[in-house]
Parts: sequence; C-alpha cells; structure tokens
Amino acid sequence: MNVVLFIIAALILVGALATVCVRNLVYCALSLAATFAALGMLYLALGAEFIGWVQILVYVGAVAVLIVFVILLTAPDRMRSVGPLFSRSRILGVGVSLGVFGTIAYAVHKSGSLKGSLSMPAETDMQSIGEELLSSYLVPLEATGVLLTVALIGAVLFAREEPVEGSEESQESKD
Amino acid sequence: MWLVIIQLKIGIILTFFSLLFAVASLAERKILARIQNRRGPNRVGPCGLFQPIADGIKMLIKEDVVPRKADRALHFLAPIVMVAPMVLLFGILPYGGGLTLVDLEVGLLFFFAVSSVSELAVFMAGWSSANKYSVFGAMRAIAQMVSYEVPLVLVAITPVMVAGSLSLVHMVEDQAGYAIGVIPNWFVLTPWGIVGFLLLFVTSLAEANRTPFDLPEGESELVAGHLTEYSGFKYALFFMGEYFGIFAGSGLAVALFLGGGGAPLPLLQWIPPYLWFFVKLVVLVGIVIWVRASLPRMRIDQLMDLCWKGLVPLAFVNLIAAAIWHYSGGGWQGWILAGGLLVGAYLMLNRVVLRSRCSWERKYYLAKS
Repeated sequence: MNVVLFIIAALILVGALATVCVRNLVYCALSLAATFAALGMLYLALGAEFIGWVQILVYVGAVAVLIVFVILLTAPDRMRSVGPLFSRSRILGVGVSLGVFGTIAYAVHKSGSLKGSLSMPAETDMQSIGEELLSSYLVPLEATGVLLTVALIGAVLFAREEPVEGSEESQESKD
Repeated sequence: MWLVIIQLKIGIILTFFSLLFAVASLAERKILARIQNRRGPNRVGPCGLFQPIADGIKMLIKEDVVPRKADRALHFLAPIVMVAPMVLLFGILPYGGGLTLVDLEVGLLFFFAVSSVSELAVFMAGWSSANKYSVFGAMRAIAQMVSYEVPLVLVAITPVMVAGSLSLVHMVEDQAGYAIGVIPNWFVLTPWGIVGFLLLFVTSLAEANRTPFDLPEGESELVAGHLTEYSGFKYALFFMGEYFGIFAGSGLAVALFLGGGGAPLPLLQWIPPYLWFFVKLVVLVGIVIWVRASLPRMRIDQLMDLCWKGLVPLAFVNLIAAAIWHYSGGGWQGWILAGGLLVGAYLMLNRVVLRSRCSWERKYYLAKS
C-alpha cells in the first residue's frame, strides 16, 4: 500500500513541477492533466472511490480538455517551443509556489486536524454521499448550481458580440 | 486460483473484442458495399473473408511517417492514449454469468471518467501533427465530444434514478424478470426508456465521431482531420480506438436499457447471459454500420443545433418523465403521464425550437471577413 502511495506522490510531484517549469504551453497543459489524473489515483488509493473518479471526470475530462481547447482556439502555431525546454522565470515561479505552500502548510499545521491519530476512514458508499448531499448539504449544492449557471450565461453573453442593428458591421453582413 | 480465473476472464473479453474488431471492420466494408450495390473486398480468401488479416499485416509493415515539424513525443503518445481508456471500459461491462470482471460501485462514473480521456488523445494527435487540417479536425472533434457529453450523461442518469445505483451490475439485476410472464422488464420497454435508449444511441454515435457526426474527419474539407498525418500502425491504433469506443458505447446501451444479459423470452433463459449480452452488442454495432450507409454527414451548425436545441432539452424532459414513471408506479398511468409528456416535448421541440431557425438569416460570428 505504501509503495503505491509513494509512486503516486512522485507522479503528482513530477507532473506539478513540469506544469510550472516547462516552457511549451501544450506540455504544461498535458502535465497538468497528468497531475490531475495522479491526484485522482491518490484518492482511489485512499479508498475514496467516488471522489477519485469524479476528480478524473471533472478535471481530466472537462477542465484539462477546456484548457487544451482554448490553446487550440488561440493561435496554436505560436505555442511551439522556440527557446529552451525550461522557462527562465522559474526563480519567480519557485518563489510564488514556496509562498503558497508555506501558507497552506502553516494553516494545516495550526488547524489541529493532524493532532489526532490518522486512521483509515470507514468505506463510504455512494448511498450515504448522495443522502448527505441532498439533505444536510442541499443549500450549498443548489447555490453552487445557480452560481455555475450564472457563470455559464455570463460567459455566453461575453463571447457573443451581436452586431448592433444599423451599425456598419451589420450593413456589411447584409451585402 | 483466483488470479488465474481473473486472467482467464480478461483473456476471453480481450480476445472477443479484438476478434469483433477484425470482423466488424470487414463487415462494415461488406455491408456498405452491399447497400451501395458493389462487391466490397473480395480478393483475400473466400469472399474476401481474410481481408482483416491482410489489413493487419499491411498496417504493421507500412512505413511510419512522422512529419519533420511534428512533436515526436506527443505524436507517438496520442494513439496509445486513445486506445488504453477504451480497453479499460471493457472491464466494467456487466456480461453476466460469471464473466463480469469488476462490479464497481460507481461503474457508470468510471465509464464516463475514463472515456473522457480520449478527448485529450484527439488533441494530442491534432496538435502534434503540425498540420492545419489536423488542428481544425481536432478542434471540431473536441467541440463535438464536449457538447455531446452533456446529453449523454443526462440520459445515463435516468436508469440510475430508477435503479438507485451507479453499479452497472445492479442496473442489469433491476431489469431482470418478466411482466405478465412474457415481456421482459427492460428499461427500453418504458416510455422514458425508449427515448433514453435512442438518445444514448445518437449521442454515443457522436462521441465516437461516427457518421452522421463524422465532421472531424470530413474528407472533403479536412483531408482526415486529426488523423491526417498518421500512417501505418499508429493509424490502425486510432481506428481500433474508434471501434472499441463503439463497442463500449453499445455495451453501455445494452447494460442500461436492453437488460444486459437478460433473455428476451423466459423460454430462452437456458442460453448463458454473456451470450445474450454479446448478441445484443453485435446487433447494435450492426445498426451503427447501417446508419453509416444510410445517412449523409451533417453540417457543423446542424450538429450543434441538434445537440443544444434538441437532445439536451429532450434529455431534461426525459429525466422528469423517468421521475413521474417511478413515482406513479409504472403501469398504464405511467405510460399516459410519462409518455404524454415525452411526446408533447418532442412535438414542441420540433415545432418551436428546431424549425424556427429556417426563418432566421444565418449569421457568421467567427468569419467576419
């Protein structure tokens, strides 16, 4: 069990480092996808079946694909690597990452959840997750849904520039 | 002992699907030829029966051409990322009769999570080829797959709601038994089941980039889309990934709506369930080939209209219909309520949403001179 966890941790670390350090944007996106997948594997190895597969479905299947799609929509030819494989601004990146890591580590250390003994949680089944989501966590769930819908509609409004009636553009399109 | 049995099962399943791949590639060409009034492959072996073997050998010994400007690592990885998830999908299909490999509690979630990885493979193939046609093909393919994933997941939720589980094995068990001693209790024989099955079939065609949704490979515009720069065995792997995707999608449809390994008549129950499963799967694959021979390719705006104005609203209505069916306890009230709702929604969609576009002038948002 421990060997598996170490392998997964190594995968996550390598993937995350590659995401930050590699210069080629496409490689960054794909390493990010690999990191997401490895994180899903970590959840699976810890016995959280549901959250593990949701991680892969949402992050690898949707978020990474969206990033990649944006890369395709913007000029893909410019994304080819022109310089060295590793970016030169890595000192800045390392600094920012260390800052974030330090903050999180400090918060986790202070929170006291580590004080108790770490034990493998009991197997959670889908049934109880669903019941919890639709009873005690119903309001946050619905709020998240509304938030996502609003974000979606907003994105559509931004993306869809309708030519104003009577303006030059609409005149042109009629010709 | 346990390991041996598992490996035996894996061997049987993989052998079956690899053989089915060979047979289906031949059958596709033969059926297409028959429908178009030609002979199809007829040189290798009797009636061209050994054509898949010849194809395989040809693919293996062909030169592997990689464009000079291509990104070699991704160009190499893309076919592998395409095929590997599709093979994983065979592991959770509920063949029944002891052949079921894994009964995951979150089987359906696994299915969608793993199959969505193939979108990344399409991107890798399109981008790494350093070819404009490849990039455009990949863009179309990803846009199509992302859009059609929405109705696909919405439709797959309905059996989950009724069966109360995400496990495919549990769903098949829920469809066991016969009403009035003759009619099987399959979900497809309910109003929401028919609609759900048809929606699932259409969306999985689109997910697999099959005709009439094969715009990403529209040869008149894009050469071969993201496959343009692939040759030899890498191309064969992509081909295999596409077919495996069809098989897995058909297997999902069989498990969710067609009763998995259940026999259609109580008299026929002596035939083992996995045989029934494979028979249903092969019939669905045959229909996929038939559809390819019968329907022309869609335009990209028709494709998106069909998804967002047709399939997604219908899938939402289907969710409600399934809930009504579940709480009215089935029977004739269920047929009237759920069936009426679905028929009404279908007619409304046809009249109001899909037809009204004829009265508008088409606008080009992206191609502004």
